[in-house]
Amino acid sequence: MSSLQGGAPVLEVEDLSVTFQRKGEKPTRAVDGVSFSVAPGETVGLVGESGCGKSVTSLAIMGLLPSRGVKVGGSVRLEGEELIGAGSRKLRSLRGAHMAMVFQDPLSSLNPTVQIGTQVTEVLLEHRDMSKAEAAAEAVTLLDRVGIPDPRRRLKEYPHQLSGGMRQRALIAMALACSPRLLIADEPTTALDVTIQAQILELLKELVVDTGTALVMITHDLGVVAGLCDRVHVMYSGKIIETADRHELFARPRQPYTGGLLASVPRLDAGRGTPLTPIRGSARDAIPWAEGCAFAPRCDNAQDDCLTEVSGSVVPLAYDGPGRELRCRHPLEHPTAPSGATALGAPR
Amino acid sequence: MGDVKRRRIDELAARAGQVPEGEGGVSLTRSAFRRLRRDPVAIIGAVIVVTFLLVALFAPWLAPRDPLAQTLLSQIRPGLIPGSQEGFPLGVDNLGRDLLSRLIYGSRQSLMIGVVSTVLGVAAGMALGIIAGAFGGWVDTVVMRFVDILLSIPGLLMAISISVLLGQNQYALMIAIAVTQVPIFARLLRGSMLVQRGSDYALAARALGIRKRRIVFGHVLPNSLSPVIVQATLSLATAIIEAAALSFLGLGDPDLARPEWGAMLANAQAFLSVRPELAVYPALCIIVVALGFTLLGESLREALDPKFRR
Repeated sequence: MSSLQGGAPVLEVEDLSVTFQRKGEKPTRAVDGVSFSVAPGETVGLVGESGCGKSVTSLAIMGLLPSRGVKVGGSVRLEGEELIGAGSRKLRSLRGAHMAMVFQDPLSSLNPTVQIGTQVTEVLLEHRDMSKAEAAAEAVTLLDRVGIPDPRRRLKEYPHQLSGGMRQRALIAMALACSPRLLIADEPTTALDVTIQAQILELLKELVVDTGTALVMITHDLGVVAGLCDRVHVMYSGKIIETADRHELFARPRQPYTGGLLASVPRLDAGRGTPLTPIRGSARDAIPWAEGCAFAPRCDNAQDDCLTEVSGSVVPLAYDGPGRELRCRHPLEHPTAPSGATALGAPR
Repeated sequence: MGDVKRRRIDELAARAGQVPEGEGGVSLTRSAFRRLRRDPVAIIGAVIVVTFLLVALFAPWLAPRDPLAQTLLSQIRPGLIPGSQEGFPLGVDNLGRDLLSRLIYGSRQSLMIGVVSTVLGVAAGMALGIIAGAFGGWVDTVVMRFVDILLSIPGLLMAISISVLLGQNQYALMIAIAVTQVPIFARLLRGSMLVQRGSDYALAARALGIRKRRIVFGHVLPNSLSPVIVQATLSLATAIIEAAALSFLGLGDPDLARPEWGAMLANAQAFLSVRPELAVYPALCIIVVALGFTLLGESLREALDPKFRR
């Protein structure tokens, strides 16, 4: 995979922040100073639990957040072109053509009253200079490429006649119709069962390798991360708290939150009746970043200086070895170079 | 050996993959229609509606007599209006006109007023609903406040004021009834468009860079229509009743000789003690037609609503 990587990054996100402000209410900062970049052919994972801001990040990149009551700050550059503050017409012409998105629920993301074929050709007609007949022929090729058997017949069918995996394939076909440079997949396998999940991930991996598309994978599923992502950003309460290569992250998680996530994955080789090891509390226990580490209330390593009051500064995202960044004052230690298997049971 | 097994499996798989019924997909509308055909209530409603439509269409051939010709005048006396007899299955009215023929011709007026006014009401209501639902924001606010004002005036009062304003003719009557229907359809369509606009597929279409106009008319509108279709069917019943009510109040067709169920009811009022049938038959017609449209509308609702799907 890495052979295709390199060159100028397709997507550069710098200090992105999203604030929801409703009249008469306290503003909520959903995304807070997120920075990352994605190179061609690279797969970057954004990982975190519900409400950590990963989906809002993706909507902000695509320019799909409502304009009223939402403030987006920072910079998002697609192939060097600034998207934040770009006109809606400009954004619309980029969406679908240069950047595309695959959503979580394939059934509700397809229009139930319109034939699959119409929905696929619509994208082609919008962005590519094609006649209806050319678009129809291209649609067959597209469905074929994402592994839908008998594409000619499928094009005439309605979404409810397709299986879940087939629908997600159709949506991927639509997203890839104009060979975008950037594909954002927002939990694309969450609504599918496990065997189909594997197929869809395999398909995405293949397409990324074949086309050199940059892929941003948004997920809460560490299995997906392990199978697909080159680099992983772990998000918590709107901020990136740890960045590492996939192998590094699984072998030596440094943020206690990442360690907790890895430890809480149910293991097939655990004895019967072995309790799961959850992270205590819930995401709602977070404290504002300005006051201290948002994860501190749930963290076993937390000490007094995790609070801004004591340390005098907000916990920074700092260099933590080659290719790694970490936002933590008391990270997990890995004295001996452990194998991935022991790291999963890392002391918490 | 293994090869044979393999071939057998492939063969079975190929057969399972075949689709027996034609090619292409089954649209939601078509499958709704299929469900409708299996629903006895829908069939009863449809039979009633179709029967009345046919009667209205073929009135000149079905009616035994001229609805305007006065006969049996010699038998009519104060306190006596002849009932059923040879050649007059339902008897005659106070002016000696054949009641059955008048009922048959009356279906033309009632159905036409009902259908035309509902079509007008649906068209105007949908236009307002689309404007409000597609643009949102202040356009939505302005349109909906206007609709609220319309809605705050009682339907019959509004219809009466409009027919008074526009003069006493049947076009005024149709417009009057149509206006009372507008707010229902505007609200219904706007509401369901707002829901659909927030749906995942609308977001997905935006994420693919599809034009707003295309999203509104190609995606949002077709998915918002089913409550409107249902309400239109139900509104036909209301429109027919309202048309009858307005004619009963004397706001209908100024040509009193032309048969119309509401006017016939009004006319029969004076003779209720002499011959109540004069009121009963037109009233029955109104009730049965309204019932037919209501049954059809209710089963349409069930057929089109995914939640009712069995």
